Amino acid sequence: MEAAHVVDRVARTSYGRLVALLSARTRDVAAAEDALSEAFQAALTTWPESGVPERPEAWLLSVARRRQIDAGRHSAVQQAASAELQRAAAQAESGQELPDERLGLMLLCAYPAIDVAVRTPLILQTVLGLDAATIASAFLVAPASMGQRLVRAKRKIREAGIPFVVPERAEWPERLRALLEAIYAAYGAGWEAAGGRQGLATEALWLAHVLVELLPDEEEALGLLALLLYCEARRPARRSPDGRYVPLSEQDPALWRRDWIIEAERHLGRAARRMRPGRFQLEAAIQSAHSMRAVTGKVDWAAVTMLYEALAGSTSTVGAQVGWAAAAGESEGPTAGLAILATLPAERVAGYQPYWAVRAHLLRCCGSGEAREAYERAAGLTEDPAVRAYLLREMMKLNDDK
Amino acid sequence: MQYVILVYENEEAFAARSNERAGAYWGAYQAYSTAMREAGILRGGNGLQGPPAATSIRLKDEERLVQDGPFADAKEQLGGYFVIEVDNLDAALEWAARSPSMTEGGVEVRPVLVM
Repeated sequence: MEAAHVVDRVARTSYGRLVALLSARTRDVAAAEDALSEAFQAALTTWPESGVPERPEAWLLSVARRRQIDAGRHSAVQQAASAELQRAAAQAESGQELPDERLGLMLLCAYPAIDVAVRTPLILQTVLGLDAATIASAFLVAPASMGQRLVRAKRKIREAGIPFVVPERAEWPERLRALLEAIYAAYGAGWEAAGGRQGLATEALWLAHVLVELLPDEEEALGLLALLLYCEARRPARRSPDGRYVPLSEQDPALWRRDWIIEAERHLGRAARRMRPGRFQLEAAIQSAHSMRAVTGKVDWAAVTMLYEALAGSTSTVGAQVGWAAAAGESEGPTAGLAILATLPAERVAGYQPYWAVRAHLLRCCGSGEAREAYERAAGLTEDPAVRAYLLREMMKLNDDK
Repeated sequence: MQYVILVYENEEAFAARSNERAGAYWGAYQAYSTAMREAGILRGGNGLQGPPAATSIRLKDEERLVQDGPFADAKEQLGGYFVIEVDNLDAALEWAARSPSMTEGGVEVRPVLVM
């Protein structure tokens, strides 16, 4: 295989593993990234001439370790870390797998003292090697600001003594939840703008897979993976062949990816057997109920409403409330849905697109003239041109109905 | 803070103002400005007539030079602007990204200079 291809492949599969190893003792993530990037550079110049080494990861680790020493603060921590890395590299040379410190790295990135908004970008950068500009585009942040935020967060990790360890049992639920939410946020990033396209969905799914691989018995990690799989399974049905937006209720289940739905069911089933419900299992269960339409031809809205009610009770996010309102609108009638929407304070929904879309739909079902304004606001708040066109078409239909 | 969202449009977008797509074009901007107004962030703004209606003036070697058309001969031209008041650049970008010009042009976001 060509050297550049191997570099690419290793960067994709082992980047996070290597950063995690290189920063596990020093907690200097930026220095680890720098050293690793120099090692990749060296690989690109050396391998085409000398041939690809038998254990590329071990080679990269050794070179990066030396770069760290050259760049280095010669502290006791650095020396101990270096000795440890040397052993790891030697073991990898002899065919053993590199130790996997990625869970520690991800937990470090999602540490409570790190600003919530930068946790997901940090994970995407340190575990997947995404650059600041790509992350900035996905999160709709100016690239310069994103760069600064990442630098600041890494400095804080290094200087504030944030521990690179998997926490004790007492702390575990909170730390895991922060990490799961950070991965979920990667899935949500650029979701709207991405429309029918990918956004960071592939990256988020990959992270969720890694997490389940590292924590095969964590019900919420399984729940998150199942949730992402259900949502991704529907991607091929979200646009008509001529590019129009197709809402969930009008999607053709035959276009959903059956293999992913089956995989999601398997993860969710395993999670459920542990009898410890949680936010992501609930969300996955809601998507599971929607997916059942492929089999039964209909959605059990009473069940979906109950699941949303439970979710709204446990998270208090606007999204959960709006989802509950939409489901109640189906199972109990539009007035019930509108009553739930009415509990949300105006300032929390002024810029929240789904609220207006659901409100518009429910008002139309009631035959209310206010539906028009709600459709217009929903259309004005979306980033997705296909969704905007759909909502404006629905709005025009109101005039026809009269 | 106040930010100006400069709406840039390409030729297709300018054409859509008056061709068979006009209904969708104006409906989208109507919806966009309604959403901003109702959210209480809109401080001002205008749509502008297209580049052919522009006249540019400058001094070159102390000679006045009046030209038909805009300054820059770019594919995207200024089609209008909104002035919004939000907490920070992140929020400004969130609103800017909802501009209907996104697929046929784009937007530029600038903080207003505070004097």
